[in-house]
Amino acid sequence: MSTEKVKKNSKWSSEQIKDFLINNALILIMLVLVIYVTATRPEFLKPTSLINLLSLTAAYLPVALGIAGCIVLTGTDLSAGRVVGITAVISASLLQDITAPGKMWPNLEPPPIALVLLISVLIGALIGAFNGFWVAKFKLHPFIVTLATQLIVYTFILLYMQAGESTGQAISSLTEDYREFVTGSVVGVPIGGGKTAPIPNYVWLALLLAGLMWLIWNKTTFGKNMFALGANEEAARVSGVNVFATTIIVFALAGAMYGYAGFIESARIASNTANTGANYELDAIAACVIGGVSFVGGIGSISGIVIGVLLLRLIFVALPMIGMDQNLQFAIKGGIILLACALDMRKYLEKK
Amino acid sequence: MTKNHLLEMVGISKYFPGVQALDEVKLTVKAGTIHALMGENGAGKSTLMKCLFGTYKKDSGEIFIEGESVDFGNAKEALENGVAMVQQELNQALTRTVKDNLWLGRYPLKGPFVDERKMAKETDEIFNNLNISIDANAIMSTLPVSQRQMVEIAKAVSYNSKIIVLDEPTSSLSENEVEHLFRILRDLRERGVGIIYISHKMDEIREISDEITIMRDGQWIATEATQDISIDEIIRLMVGRELTHRFPDKTNVVKDDVMMSVKNISGRYTNLHDASFDLHAGEILGVAGLDGAGRTELLENIFGEMTRKGGQIFLEGQEVQNKNPKDSIKNGFALLTEERRATGILGIRDILDNTVISSLKRYLNFNLFLDDKKMLEATEWAIDSLDVRTPSHKTQIRALSGGNQQKVIIGRWLLTQPKVLLLDEPTRGIDVGAKYQIYELIIELASEGKGVVVVSSEMPELLGICDRILVMSNGRVAGELDPKTTNQEEILKLAEKYL
Repeated sequence: MSTEKVKKNSKWSSEQIKDFLINNALILIMLVLVIYVTATRPEFLKPTSLINLLSLTAAYLPVALGIAGCIVLTGTDLSAGRVVGITAVISASLLQDITAPGKMWPNLEPPPIALVLLISVLIGALIGAFNGFWVAKFKLHPFIVTLATQLIVYTFILLYMQAGESTGQAISSLTEDYREFVTGSVVGVPIGGGKTAPIPNYVWLALLLAGLMWLIWNKTTFGKNMFALGANEEAARVSGVNVFATTIIVFALAGAMYGYAGFIESARIASNTANTGANYELDAIAACVIGGVSFVGGIGSISGIVIGVLLLRLIFVALPMIGMDQNLQFAIKGGIILLACALDMRKYLEKK
Repeated sequence: MTKNHLLEMVGISKYFPGVQALDEVKLTVKAGTIHALMGENGAGKSTLMKCLFGTYKKDSGEIFIEGESVDFGNAKEALENGVAMVQQELNQALTRTVKDNLWLGRYPLKGPFVDERKMAKETDEIFNNLNISIDANAIMSTLPVSQRQMVEIAKAVSYNSKIIVLDEPTSSLSENEVEHLFRILRDLRERGVGIIYISHKMDEIREISDEITIMRDGQWIATEATQDISIDEIIRLMVGRELTHRFPDKTNVVKDDVMMSVKNISGRYTNLHDASFDLHAGEILGVAGLDGAGRTELLENIFGEMTRKGGQIFLEGQEVQNKNPKDSIKNGFALLTEERRATGILGIRDILDNTVISSLKRYLNFNLFLDDKKMLEATEWAIDSLDVRTPSHKTQIRALSGGNQQKVIIGRWLLTQPKVLLLDEPTRGIDVGAKYQIYELIIELASEGKGVVVVSSEMPELLGICDRILVMSNGRVAGELDPKTTNQEEILKLAEKYL
């Protein structure tokens, strides 16, 4: 009898409730924020507003998906923003309308969009592989390696901006096809009354990308090896993991994601300067740690990353709606990062 | 309580879950003597010292220093009260200078700034006093281990320590360095310091110590004047009990076919020279030796985890390269590493990930995607057949006990279907029950015709489960012994052959 009672109690012991609250604190905060914003400004739940939130999330997701792998290896990647930058200006310069004033390559007939996407992804992957090589071969900390490469890449951006007939102006007047491919809407969602709200294509593409990354992380030997390497490099090596190759692939994959993001951002923003993409890595790293990709290494999930990006964008979108000073968003972001990491560490610290 | 008794530990007990680590142990050290503390691994020597320094909280018992009852909360408190420890693995700030290390935590100040000149001057004084010639401004990492150890001793002296504990101080010293160390220790003895000397090396103990306390299974066994006791007697007291029931029956049959043949293997960066031996199918080959004898190096060189300078490895007559662990696994080798936490477990990952990591290729569908069901089946097979006690396959491996972690790692290797298993200290840090299961498993694997190499520091273990014992000494193979006819003393003698 008494044991049964204890069992019943332990099922909902205050300890467990506390653990549940703490382990899901961020989701709960998000819910509270959504409820509060909806209560004060009902239009927040309108399709256009939600689609806006979704679009922003989709735009920031690819970089976070890439950088997460580096964090799983207890590293980071400071070059993400500049890689987005260089692939964005290259994509834009290749897909400038033939009639664009001040066109960088005046005689260039815009190549097929898929080809430009491929070039963009390959350039990203190449820079990523370069990062990974220095990390794997010389055992340098990724912080140092990518701090250096982002500087090198920035020079390439600046030089490229002066190439061809360019006058160093922002690269704009992109082809209609390109803009349509990224920001157009092939599939929308019905919102009643026979109307359909357009959902930009890059949202669907981001969803596809998240699915692809989920497959890679969870269903391939590479994914398992990546987590093993992040959890314990020596143990992984002894267990037969090719540490060199795995490290390079993680960084190359991250680079490919930035390349993809550059291709998308170029058309989404439509006007590309040397500073396109700058500091994207910071938001991406923040989103990852908020989503539980731990700097402890060997831990993280795609769903966590999506939630992390969403939460950050939610703050960005929702706070102005409830009349909060736009300047406060940075402090709130900072607070959330601290809170998220503190909660995260609580899970992984060994109890002594 | 005689005044002469510098340190007196009485009735010290310490219980860990599953083990009575110390049971009413006593230790008395007189001023101006060197007191050897001896016992097999796991006898409780370090636990006793940790209770002295307050690293562990003793369950019962009392400690007196010069008749005063003391109870230190941590090593720093002990140090400030004249009790110092020179660790086997020196904990030093290697990137800092000698004098920084010596005065760490109590830098002399001049106003708000550290008084570098005073620090250097006092360091030199202490070194002169001890006849040590080390540059006080040298960076610690540039010094050989012997000199770093002397810095540590100098540090103990600088705290005016009355009692200095040395844990295996000579394990990485050359003969000359040992002589130098002994001169310093004798000098300290002259000054009335009491020295507790922990070592396995019989000859050293005979040479340097005045008294010997022997421990076994967490109990005090004997304290004798060194001149009154022979090496044989010491070993008999250390080993003590009958070994018959600690090990399962040996059911494996050593076959005639040679499974693996190692010829003249040397390490490029590691202390391993011209090691050669054969391993038969169905055989359990033990590797004995002192710390630093090159046993781990032997296994890791065979497995391609360390860089070889030369030598050949043959598996069933075919030469194999074993360039790196991945290659070795493909060739049918498995290595259970010595440091389970550092190089074995993926602590933060779950049991499933830890189990399948070395055999991922077996669970692929269409050579592309991992099949969760296949991985789960493999994991459950490992959990069942190795009797892993775990709530589920989703439990983080670091939440398991040492013995269960070890079973998971063994399961990881069995799933690669190896022909040769290299097991480095397979039962280290594991409770008695799990040890027995691991012995059974090793014998079973040999019965299946696999070749098993077991490195162990526990000689009874080697005598209990092996078919043959290879003894290593200072990076070389010193000889082979038959467990049925040999004894620990013979092993120890061979282990000191090249020192």
